[in-house]
Amino acid sequence: MQRRKFIKALFAVSAMALVPIKAFAAMWNTPAFQAIKLQEAMAALQISNVTLSNDIQIIAPDKAENGAVVQVEVSSRIPNTESIAIFVENNPTALIANFLFGDGADGFVVTRIKMAETSDVLAVIKSGNRYFSAKKRVEVLENGCG
Amino acid sequence: MDENMRMRAQLKGDVDGGLTEVKVLMTHPMETGRRKNDVGDFIPANFIQLVSATINGKQVLEAQWGTGISKNPYLTFHLRGAKLGDIVQVSWSDNQGKKGVGEIVVSKA
Repeated sequence: MQRRKFIKALFAVSAMALVPIKAFAAMWNTPAFQAIKLQEAMAALQISNVTLSNDIQIIAPDKAENGAVVQVEVSSRIPNTESIAIFVENNPTALIANFLFGDGADGFVVTRIKMAETSDVLAVIKSGNRYFSAKKRVEVLENGCG
Repeated sequence: MDENMRMRAQLKGDVDGGLTEVKVLMTHPMETGRRKNDVGDFIPANFIQLVSATINGKQVLEAQWGTGISKNPYLTFHLRGAKLGDIVQVSWSDNQGKKGVGEIVVSKA
């Protein structure tokens, strides 16, 4: 390789390294989703030292007639919200979903989840190296997990 | 658009660059693998694992899903800075290797 080209390439690589890393995994986190217990699922996502936060809002029904479809909205006012993970502690596997946000997307999501029984719905937000959480109790009247 | 996906992307307010609400409804059985059919056999797990959203080709969202997402998944997310006419694309892939994709133009609310 010519020296000039080599130096150019070197600069290109270092420029890339300087861009703030808001990377997407593009690979399904098998251990996190296969984990049965909440703590195991959180560990597989490298979540630790979680702080309770009032800047996270979870909107979900107090009572769900049918656990097969429970609409959950999570919004985070925490600056630089990189991801929102949703857990249901009493489900057969605790991790429901993990949403990763790039530049141009807010820390906000609405989805519909299955709940096997009455449980807390837990949302964990990642911001930099810190983790924040909030939870909401949902009473399930009819099991939604087959 | 893929008939397995219904989408809407609406720019809220009067000016470009504000909040765009994207709503997506996918058609998928989201089988957990723990359910049995009428003759008592387990129905194989069949669920979406990865969802990706882009705006004009630039990725803005990745979702990793387990079996706890409801059948025919529903998703709303918010974009900042999108303009009328921008193209939002959502694609998914499931544990059996199937894929789906949908596209919508950002329109006025």
